[in-house]
Amino acid sequence: MRPEPRLIEVRRNVLKQNDAVARSLRGRFRAAGVFVVSLVSSPGSGKTAFLEKTLTLLRPNYRVAALVGDLATENDALRLARSQAPVKQITTGTLCHLEAAMVQSALEGWDLNQLDFLFIENVGNLVCPSSYDLGEDLRLVLISVPEGEDKPLKYPTIFNSADVAVVTKVDLAVAVEFSWETAYNNIQAVRPGMPVLKLSAKTGEGIEEYLRFLAARLIELRQAAAV
Amino acid sequence: MHELSMAMSIVELAEEEAERRGVQIDAVHLKLGALSGVVKDALLSCYEMACENTRLQGSRLVIEEVPVVIVCPSCRAQHALRSVQLFCCPECGTPCSEIVQGKELEVVALEIRECAPNPV
Repeated sequence: MRPEPRLIEVRRNVLKQNDAVARSLRGRFRAAGVFVVSLVSSPGSGKTAFLEKTLTLLRPNYRVAALVGDLATENDALRLARSQAPVKQITTGTLCHLEAAMVQSALEGWDLNQLDFLFIENVGNLVCPSSYDLGEDLRLVLISVPEGEDKPLKYPTIFNSADVAVVTKVDLAVAVEFSWETAYNNIQAVRPGMPVLKLSAKTGEGIEEYLRFLAARLIELRQAAAV
Repeated sequence: MHELSMAMSIVELAEEEAERRGVQIDAVHLKLGALSGVVKDALLSCYEMACENTRLQGSRLVIEEVPVVIVCPSCRAQHALRSVQLFCCPECGTPCSEIVQGKELEVVALEIRECAPNPV
């Protein structure tokens, strides 16, 4: 006779392994005093142009570097290298998102003490990256103007995993009849209180405000560490 | 599509438990939050795949879906959200950003059988 089944309680987080690596990364980032920003968005929203601009403009005053996730090509890393900042590609193969362990191995050989800002560009995807903590201090979710105003309503989970929303390609707003108000309201509907920046990497509109925001966060981080 | 790697993690941790306790697992019970970023149906079909050729083969994945629960800053009460498209208190309409439930991705229980001793 087969023994009767019985129910036993276990409580185990499925993402425990990733969370543990992310925690250890966060500890290393903290110890080195580097502020880590990750970028998530759909493919084609302008992450790479935005990041290239960020690296180029920050580099005169800060020590910056970037990790960039891509399924197959190294095109993004080559584009970002034009900023002269250290850039490393993480080729994920068929994997649709970055995991903390990939960030960990990509950082091998890098001295984090030599950095002020580290940027991590996730794979273009508004679904899968939301589940994975990468140890970052700040997660930016980008939506570009041509994608339309309803992206937040379609992908509320990623907006809830991010800290700040960045509306990109605002130079195209008139051409695509983008309603800033609708987009802003949609972001606030899925994530009340979320700060929203709007900018264009092409024209430079809004970039100053964003760079000031980053600089302030770095100061906050270092002041908190000094206490 | 990250459900397959999630399913593989679930199988891996259930196998660990089975081995440690010396039991056979009939079913894995999982809590899945509406904000976990994981799609229930995709996870269910990936689970079957992930179980193949493991000691979990033939087991079931029982998913309990967990709604998003927020704390309303005005009425201070906890409420389940009616929709993840609108983070507002369903009673008073105040925008709510404090999430107390809904991000779960957690194995909470196992249906097990003690492994029958080999007949001599």
